[in-house]
Amino acid sequence: MPNQEKTFTFVTHEKAMKTKSNNLSSRKLLIMGIFIAVGVVFIIKLFSLQVIDKHYKQLADNNALRFVTQYPARGKVFDRNGELLVFNEAVYDLMVIPKQTIIKDTLDPYYPFDTIGFCILLDIDKNSFIERMKKAKNESYMKPSPFMTQISKENYTHIAEVLYRYPGFYFQTRTVRHYPQAIAAHTLGDIGEISQSELDKDQEGYYKQGDYIGKSGIEKFYEKELRGVKGLKVMMVDVHNRVMGSFMDGELDKEPIAGKDIYLGMDAELQAYGERLMEGKIGSIVAVEPSTGQILAFVTSPTYDPNLLVGRERGKHYLELQKDPMKPLINRAISGTYPPGSTFKTVVGLIAMQSGTITPKTVFHCSGVASLPIKCTHSHGSSPDFANAIMNSCNPYFYESFKATINNPKFGNIKNGYQYWKNMTYKMGLGHKFNTDIPYERSGNIPSLEYYDRMYKGQWNSLTIRSLGIGQGEVLVTPLQLANIAAMIANEGYYYPPHLIKCFGDTTAIPEVMTTRIDPGIDKSYFKVMKAGLRTVFSGPAGTARRFELSDIPQCGKTGTAQNPHGNYHSNFIAFAPANDPKIALAVIIENGGYGATWAAPIASLMIEKYIRGYTVREELEKRIMEGRISYKNER
Amino acid sequence: MNERNSIIGRIDWVTLLIYLALVLIGWFSIFSARYNEAHPSIFDMSQVYGKQLIWIGAALLIGFIILLIDAKFFNAFSLWIYIAVLASLFMVLVYGKATKGATAWIDLGGGIKFQPSEFAKMATALAVAGYLDRLDVDLQKRKDQIVTAALILVPMALVLMQNDTGSAIVFVSFIFVLYREGFPGTGVAMTAGVVAIILFIFTLLWSQKIMYVILGGLFVLTLTFYLINKKKDIITMVAVFAFSFAFVFSVDYAFNKVLQTHQRNRILVMLGKLNDTKDVGYNVHQSKIAIGSGGLTGKGFLEGTQTKYDFVPEQHTDFIFCTIGEEAGFLGTSAVVLLYVALLLRIIILAERQRSTFSRVYGYAIAGIFFVHITINIGMTIGLMPVIGIPLPFLSYGGSSMLAFTMMLAIFMKQDANRLNVL
Repeated sequence: MPNQEKTFTFVTHEKAMKTKSNNLSSRKLLIMGIFIAVGVVFIIKLFSLQVIDKHYKQLADNNALRFVTQYPARGKVFDRNGELLVFNEAVYDLMVIPKQTIIKDTLDPYYPFDTIGFCILLDIDKNSFIERMKKAKNESYMKPSPFMTQISKENYTHIAEVLYRYPGFYFQTRTVRHYPQAIAAHTLGDIGEISQSELDKDQEGYYKQGDYIGKSGIEKFYEKELRGVKGLKVMMVDVHNRVMGSFMDGELDKEPIAGKDIYLGMDAELQAYGERLMEGKIGSIVAVEPSTGQILAFVTSPTYDPNLLVGRERGKHYLELQKDPMKPLINRAISGTYPPGSTFKTVVGLIAMQSGTITPKTVFHCSGVASLPIKCTHSHGSSPDFANAIMNSCNPYFYESFKATINNPKFGNIKNGYQYWKNMTYKMGLGHKFNTDIPYERSGNIPSLEYYDRMYKGQWNSLTIRSLGIGQGEVLVTPLQLANIAAMIANEGYYYPPHLIKCFGDTTAIPEVMTTRIDPGIDKSYFKVMKAGLRTVFSGPAGTARRFELSDIPQCGKTGTAQNPHGNYHSNFIAFAPANDPKIALAVIIENGGYGATWAAPIASLMIEKYIRGYTVREELEKRIMEGRISYKNER
Repeated sequence: MNERNSIIGRIDWVTLLIYLALVLIGWFSIFSARYNEAHPSIFDMSQVYGKQLIWIGAALLIGFIILLIDAKFFNAFSLWIYIAVLASLFMVLVYGKATKGATAWIDLGGGIKFQPSEFAKMATALAVAGYLDRLDVDLQKRKDQIVTAALILVPMALVLMQNDTGSAIVFVSFIFVLYREGFPGTGVAMTAGVVAIILFIFTLLWSQKIMYVILGGLFVLTLTFYLINKKKDIITMVAVFAFSFAFVFSVDYAFNKVLQTHQRNRILVMLGKLNDTKDVGYNVHQSKIAIGSGGLTGKGFLEGTQTKYDFVPEQHTDFIFCTIGEEAGFLGTSAVVLLYVALLLRIIILAERQRSTFSRVYGYAIAGIFFVHITINIGMTIGLMPVIGIPLPFLSYGGSSMLAFTMMLAIFMKQDANRLNVL
């Protein structure tokens, strides 16, 4: 239609006259410019928001992802015979998400939140309810926080049945430790919420606030093995914190790895027996299997029921135990340091023989009660030989031996002599920690040369420090160290550092330090002499423990009656049996128990009988010991 | 040759394609934002995404009908449409339902609610276009200026009385068309508006004292410049500064006395003066998290967590842009922004090729309306604007806005398709 073109030109022209403001058409540029400018600004802002700023990605994850920790089952603990000592018991934490509760609106007919009923259900009062809610709200309004923790199974079933009436509340399961036998509280230790200082020490960042961690005993030492490895579940939640499903089909989830079980060297029956024997007395029994160094019994008295330090009342009970003047929380087997008294004569005698200072035939003159400077209370001939001196616990014989050892001309001077002597005691496990698997162990004390130099301003000689020869003065040992001496003599010359673990539930090897044989370098023949002497303590006519001799179990032992600044003598005893093939070596210390033969020796003998025989026949002795009470100054 | 078919054949396909793309993006975004595992079908009519499909269908139908109606109808009836909508705005004031503090709805029964303010913009655009198209109208005449202004300000006032500030602000968009048509002072007004907004923001950000110092410094510099160059309009310049000082002086008062608390807080949140991620700032904070977490390419369709799990409020209506940001990332958001810019520019280009004043004015008017909606809505979701609840054209869920925006565009497309028939 060629004509149309013309018409259009005409029309357009006419229209141009009619249409106003057409000369303003350039104004479109400004308007289009504004549109484009805003688009550009948005795209720049979006680029910075979405591509440059990574911060929002994390905020989104914080919003919508819940990282739910999957706690592994903590390893169980058994005794040497597979008897269960510690296991896990489920407890229930009542959690609350404050945002989801409808407590404000108690009048809402659809959600009649029955506050009173709820309080009765939980056995709390209104103020407690308000306070718990306030605490939860302070923690977080949107996220769950504990409302009431460690609710027992019985209460749980009771509450869970009706919990649907109370929106915003739900149960979370956790486990606590349970001790079916209620023995060996100090050995087993306890777990508790991790402290700030423990969190600070956590290099690998495994723990978080609110986690439980071993606080003492093997729970502390074997924390890493017992706890296992936490797992993780990544859940998606909506704005109401409702779980909407697993994130990325569980690709990021990690299954928890259960903790390892632990078998202890402890004999639960012997441990329980030892605790009964120690009732009413303060002190400790440490029994070791000489061939392995495994601790068979680890008794400290007074003790407590380990179940007290579990659950909601833990704090309260802990405080009570802490305030107790008898200090039941202290593990005296490793934290109690005592003068060993005459039990130390074994150590002095062995070093004297090994150094070549004396022979088993050597005699020292003893004037009995008239001896100077330390009297001897025993009745033996005026010139006892070694075996005789051990049987009778002759004081002069051993301080003379001690003096002679450090004065031995082969050392050149007394300082070298004393250093040799101290080194030997160190090799025998004294004056230092074993550092096996027992936390809070103490070193005891074998004084150093520097100490004596300072103390006596360099002016000292063998006479000054002679009381070391009979286990008095500055020398201090722990019951554990003393038991190790017994084990070393039982083994005739070596020992394994005493430790609690026997093995793990799987094939994991136990730490090497506990399986490394230590040889102090003393000739076996001297141990044989020593053993014979210790045997006469039971079997000899003048043996200090002759009253506890058993016809069918040859026992060896040494009494100790240690002077101390806290009142009556400490009653000490070391022993092992059977003499030719020792299965058990032990040390007993009864604070302020008087003579070694009064309390410590019979307790040791009963422990031996119980362990070797499995039962005891000396009922009367047993009864006397169990019912025996020693009164203490600090007892109220 | 059937004339109707030829008209439909002359539809601007660029505009239509952009429109359809946006509508589909909106529908899928609503599906994703409100995805309900129990109702996994996008066609499920019990869910908002199913309902949106109904609205889209209705909008397409009405749009199609509009294309069939004689193009002259809208010019001829523009005044009557305008009067009808004004009447319905009155009715809202009397009978309306309050939603989120604004009384903007009329319940038509059967669960269908009608929001006249969405249609008021279109009606105003038609009325202004119809009025300016009249041969005897000249925007240089005082009387015609007053009538034009009144046509815009009356519905704006009525919407404002409904407490629907957002929709009322949209009427400011008519400044573009007035500027284009040579309404005296609109250029100055636009400049003054931008300057006023800048002064307002910086006064709130810093303080009046600092603003006085800055303005004072600028004034001394400008005055020196004027004196050296011996410029003559020195009085105008002094007046501008005088007004600026007066404006800054009144900002605090206006801010604290004129604005409502929630409006004040929204502005403070936008300016970063109020660091509040829980209360007033919650929406914007969550919105920015959702968009920001999308990254470059997004988390994938239906893979977003922020909008789907309700962290972003109003996620299928005013904050629908968040879902795009989260699931389609920067590529998706910039694509949507570019689509919008393309649509706006296309409308302007089409408007400029119109022979009738009616069509041109109408085109500019709806471009302005779309522009303000887009700017405020997207700006709000990314924290560049205070929270003002107005929908994103073609994307947000909602029957009234879907119908109104589609009708607005369809009328313009009809005018454009018919442009060659205009004498």
